[in-house]
Amino acid sequence: MAKTFQDLILTLQNFWASKGCLILQPYDDQMGAGTFHPATTLRALGPRPWRAAYVQPSRRPKDGRYGENPNRLQHYYQFQVIMKPAPSDIQDLYLESVRAIGLDPKLHDIRFVEDDWESPTLGAWGLGWEVWCDGMEISQFTYFQQVGGIDCDPVSAEITYGLERLAMYVQNVEFVYDLAFNDTFRYGEVFHQAEQEFSAYNFEMADTDILFQHFKDAEKQCQELISGNKKLALPAYDQCIKASHTFNLLDARGVISVTERAAYIGRVRALAKACCEAWLATPMGDYKPRFG
Amino acid sequence: MSDLLLELFSEEIPARMQAQAAKDLERLVVGALSDRGLLFEGVKALAGPRRLTLAVAGLPAKQPDVSEEKKGPRVGAPDKAVQGFLRSAGVKLEDCETRDDGKGPFYVAVIALKGRATADVIAEFLPDVLAKLPWPKSMRWPQATNAPVRWVRPLHSILCTLDGEVVSFTFAGVTSGNRTRGHRFLSSGEIEVKRFEDYAKKLHAAHVVLDAEERKAIIFEGVKSAAFVHGLEMIPDEGLLDEVAGLAEWPVVLIGAIEDQFMDVPPEILQTAMRTHQKYFSLRDPKTGKFANRFALVANMVTEDGGKQIVAGNERVLRARLSDAKFFWDQDRKRTLESRVEDLKNIVFHAKLGTQYERVERIEALAGEIAEKIGADVEKAKRAARLCKADLTTGVVGEFPELQGVMGRYYALNDGADAEVADAIRDHYKPLGPRDAVPSGKATIAVALADKLDQLTGFFGAGEKPSGSGDPFALRRAALGVVRCILENQLRIKLFDLLSAAVSHVVKGLSEAEAKDFRDYVTDFLWVSGVTVPDKDVEARIRQQSSLTQDVYELTAFYDLWPFIADRLKVALREKGTRHDLLDAVFSLGRSDDLVRLVARVEALQAFLKSDDGANLLAGYKRAANILKAEEKKDGKTYIGEVEEGQLAEPAEQALFAALTTARGTIAPALAAEDFAGAMRTMAGLRAPVDAFFEQVKVNADDPKVRANRLNMLASLRATLLQVADFSKIEG
Repeated sequence: MAKTFQDLILTLQNFWASKGCLILQPYDDQMGAGTFHPATTLRALGPRPWRAAYVQPSRRPKDGRYGENPNRLQHYYQFQVIMKPAPSDIQDLYLESVRAIGLDPKLHDIRFVEDDWESPTLGAWGLGWEVWCDGMEISQFTYFQQVGGIDCDPVSAEITYGLERLAMYVQNVEFVYDLAFNDTFRYGEVFHQAEQEFSAYNFEMADTDILFQHFKDAEKQCQELISGNKKLALPAYDQCIKASHTFNLLDARGVISVTERAAYIGRVRALAKACCEAWLATPMGDYKPRFG
Repeated sequence: MSDLLLELFSEEIPARMQAQAAKDLERLVVGALSDRGLLFEGVKALAGPRRLTLAVAGLPAKQPDVSEEKKGPRVGAPDKAVQGFLRSAGVKLEDCETRDDGKGPFYVAVIALKGRATADVIAEFLPDVLAKLPWPKSMRWPQATNAPVRWVRPLHSILCTLDGEVVSFTFAGVTSGNRTRGHRFLSSGEIEVKRFEDYAKKLHAAHVVLDAEERKAIIFEGVKSAAFVHGLEMIPDEGLLDEVAGLAEWPVVLIGAIEDQFMDVPPEILQTAMRTHQKYFSLRDPKTGKFANRFALVANMVTEDGGKQIVAGNERVLRARLSDAKFFWDQDRKRTLESRVEDLKNIVFHAKLGTQYERVERIEALAGEIAEKIGADVEKAKRAARLCKADLTTGVVGEFPELQGVMGRYYALNDGADAEVADAIRDHYKPLGPRDAVPSGKATIAVALADKLDQLTGFFGAGEKPSGSGDPFALRRAALGVVRCILENQLRIKLFDLLSAAVSHVVKGLSEAEAKDFRDYVTDFLWVSGVTVPDKDVEARIRQQSSLTQDVYELTAFYDLWPFIADRLKVALREKGTRHDLLDAVFSLGRSDDLVRLVARVEALQAFLKSDDGANLLAGYKRAANILKAEEKKDGKTYIGEVEEGQLAEPAEQALFAALTTARGTIAPALAAEDFAGAMRTMAGLRAPVDAFFEQVKVNADDPKVRANRLNMLASLRATLLQVADFSKIEG
């Protein structure tokens, strides 16, 4: 039973490690979801097998509530699993992980409810479900069909656990800041002040001129890194992540109109697509059998 | 006789797709069987969260034997040709017959085709049939090795037996067998089955209810009785019932409680929050109708604790959901609805049609004009129109868009608005579908009509007409709403006036460039559709003008939108059993835009044609029209002259002349006075003289003068009847 927040993380890490997943660490760029981690976005492409699990801090500037909302956060943790090709028993593996964290399917009502996933900024989509435990969504489960507008072959399975929400359920806590992070510290002691400060930054203080410039710079640098026969897919993709997060900040600041919004998303998607294509031309994106 | 059992077992199939998938599977398999001469006695298709099942009963053990003929070369054709034919047909020369088609003898190969075993035929066609099953969204997965194969979610096993024996084939990397699995958590291991009977029995024991109808019945009865225990009843919700029946293989109804702190939130919010996010059924007190503080949930699980933890978990989730909703409800009421009208300036309605604020201004003006015409309180109608979209900026509607209108009413009442105004805000979206009730309050009708007419003229003007399949702005629904509002409330208004008024408000908001686009569009429309514009002046002005005028918009309203609305009228009348040809017959008389009058006239005509007199008169008309058509073609002229009374010799033609003279004098006033029954009575009076005329009088008399006079008489009959309807459009 995962009694604390960090128990939950450790349990999931141990579980997926035992299933052959690499335990990676969070990516060191700000991003909206664990899917943006190159270990998912780029590794989902091309024929090479891949199995990884990691925690990814996820930044959603618009979801900031100055630390006052019981479960909305502008910074939270996702636990991300990607398995390529998707094993045929991936649903069973997932349910085993649910048991491992202390939710016994024999005592609860666990359901797979249709919820197809789409990321317009990544040009990605897949079919899958949100997983319900007693009416609460505890995970997202997706079979990737396309990333960066490119068909995924073989198809990967992606599982995302919203850690705070899951922990609140397991710990029977109503207010996220009351979560036991470990036996001594509560979640609020770790993150409450950050939520207050970042909400003020996201909504009020972020300098939009600087951000607009950052967006342009990131876009330009990204394009340069993969133009011509330069194939620096990974550094280029970093710039794409930066552009995406900068856009999210500008959006939170309310300086992007409805019509402009679609155009910005299109620009990020174009970067993501170009990076994905460039990645496929690199040794790790392309498949070169190691043994003959 | 043999029975086929087929089960496709996969990961969870979206609830909304299950029923159609079962139907499609049945259609495709039945088609494939019939194409191959395999007739059967019965078929049944079932669907659930993890499986599609098809059972076909009474198949033959093999296909019937058939013989096929293949025509070959002529006798005496070069040997090479003959040998080639024999090879391709797979026969020997001595097996061929010789036939003669009059141009010389030729060979015919008679090939006897032995019927194949049913199991082999099925094994052969199923992979193709399954590949064709049309899922709304489908996917690839790694184990489906054949690249083009897709299924809704990964397919895990296929069970296929004929009379208990496995029918073996491979689809999507899965080879069929005779095993399946039960409920995900309430059973374990594989289940071996032979035929449908033991399949259904064993699955039931493994906690799977195969039939969606049976699951629905279990849920319906379960909610009913569980509610009854609490002295409550279920608020019926067919759509939700369908959905939850697709989310559980073993539905279990449980009852949870809503905390008291949420019970002063409007029940619509509670119900919507519970329905959309959580898929719970709402309950109420059967005596008072009061929304109850209990809900029913449908689990897919039987637990040792009788569902205690499941209920507790669901109650917690609901608490969080309702806290959000209550927060919005409390926040929203801190501002008046009136103060939100300004905020509509920030919401774009459509690129060419401006913001919601501009739209509200148009609706307000139009609602006032309509209110005046239908005798509603003008100020109340305008007030309601002004506020009718303001709830779009509230938190609750942001969270639950389907509560638009409903929330507007609550907030208006909260601000102390008049009840009639508040009701109009809520109900102006009505009717929402063909079966939804039409508003009946006068102020509501004014706003409802204004809203829909603005939508129709606006989108038609912006070139957003519905296409054959797509109607993204729900304009068909809007047009049907207009028609039903007018007919069901018996509103005596001229629809053209309303369209014209709506157009005049839309025009004001357009830029010169948009106006030009619109003008080009109308001109193109007129050219392409070959519409003859009766008012040549108007047409000429459209083609010359460089700037937009009201005329252009009116033309669209009349030539483009009007037929569109007329089509909806036909749909509405067809539902009531009115013949569409009669509607066309009355319609084609011209701009009859008083729908109530139009329908009364069509109905009177329909009643008349059902009578003996009516049927005979129609036959007489057809005869007259046919004669006229033939003779007019022969003579190269149209008979429209006056009948010369002095020329009439036969008593029958004198009688018809007299009857027609009376009829012409009576029908027009009766129609004007809307005495349609009276007009029809007069028409009935024509039947006997018309019949007698055709019996006793020879139209094509030898004397050309007499002939012309008689043809003029028939033309007079045609013209008289044309006052009532264009009889040429009536079938039968």
